[in-house]
Amino acid sequence: MTELLSAKNLTVFRGERCLFHNLSFALNAGESLLIQGANGSGKTTLLRAVAGLLDLEEGEIRWRGFSTLAHRQAFHGEMAWFAHSVGFKSDLTLLENLRFESGLRSTSMGRLSAVLDKLGLTSLTQLPFRALSAGQQRRVGLARMLLANAQLWLMDEPLTNLDTAGQDLVVNLITEHLQGGGACMLASHQAVGLNSDMQRIVLQ
Amino acid sequence: MTEPANPTLWQGFAAVVKRDLLLAYKRPGDMLNPLFFFAMVSTLFPLAIGPAGDQLKLLGPGVVWVAALLSVLLSLNSMYLSDLEDGSLDQLILSPQPLPLIALGKTVAHWLVSGFPLVLVSPLIAITYQMPTETIGVMVVTLTLGTISLSLLGSVGAALTVGLSRGNALLSLLVLPLAMPVLIFGARTVALAAADDAVSAGVYFLAAYCMLALSFAPFAAAAALKISNE
Repeated sequence: MTELLSAKNLTVFRGERCLFHNLSFALNAGESLLIQGANGSGKTTLLRAVAGLLDLEEGEIRWRGFSTLAHRQAFHGEMAWFAHSVGFKSDLTLLENLRFESGLRSTSMGRLSAVLDKLGLTSLTQLPFRALSAGQQRRVGLARMLLANAQLWLMDEPLTNLDTAGQDLVVNLITEHLQGGGACMLASHQAVGLNSDMQRIVLQ
Repeated sequence: MTEPANPTLWQGFAAVVKRDLLLAYKRPGDMLNPLFFFAMVSTLFPLAIGPAGDQLKLLGPGVVWVAALLSVLLSLNSMYLSDLEDGSLDQLILSPQPLPLIALGKTVAHWLVSGFPLVLVSPLIAITYQMPTETIGVMVVTLTLGTISLSLLGSVGAALTVGLSRGNALLSLLVLPLAMPVLIFGARTVALAAADDAVSAGVYFLAAYCMLALSFAPFAAAAALKISNE
């Protein structure tokens, strides 16, 4: 198995408080990692640190064996980020928002209609993003992940705001992604209905 | 399945500019606000001071430049604010495109919706100050160079203060000292033109300052954005 992501001795402080210290993990192709912990235990912080949004106090993160700091662009080109605030402009339509992505990263716009169909968004493409419900907005975020050709998915509370069908959909998408040789790291306080061979990190 | 190639730097830059212009188009109020401010301040002065021609000619360049500076400052605060609030900033930072390029794209869009309309309107304002035609030409050139510099310098300040509540006052404090050379040289050059003196030195200085800002500001703004978004 190819090792995709590895983290060694991560230490992150928020202000004076040490959220985690000497945390190490590795993620191979086809594997997923679930970060669990109470509110405020640093789940999101860990994800943001791995993504490169936060500076590490100590430690190193490697993607395919290369430091993510030194090879930021290569890493970000293969990574997709899905968080609480989905990161779309509320004044633009769903389609305009997704088109913008294709200027930023490698995006398969050819699969657009298939992806929208899968997520049940086909009839909403001309609506401004603000007119969508919270759950629909999350689905657009999922559409971005599917269109981006990312090996690594970083997902913060992926099940928030989604109905049961949507939650099943997320689980299916993650399973498909893993079967396709991708890797996934997610933070959730809900039990994600994935197969039990998921790695786990429990933050105190 | 063949994977589509990564978009080029130019595509990334163009996408950012296009998105911000589209956003401005969908919210024309945000764009017109600084322009109205500029037009109002500079048309109120002749009303308050009186229509005496000599006085207006003397005050004109200074008033127009101060109004332009303040109106650009007014529009800076919102530059990165909505991106931070809706999570777009995370996505921009995490994109494989270089962040300075994205910051430059946002700055160019900012100038196109705030500085450029102001330059277009300024000849009309100049007429109310009884400026001769040659002076108006100099004013348009200096305002173009000056507002580009201000947008660039402002993008650094806006990036530094984007996460702060009441960042607006701090933003003005940060940007104003750097904007002083632009104001001084801009207003003086127009005044010199009105007095039929040589203006090329002032124009060259503004152009040099603009180039300096262009080469440093995107990198500084990118670094500041990363810190603000932590």
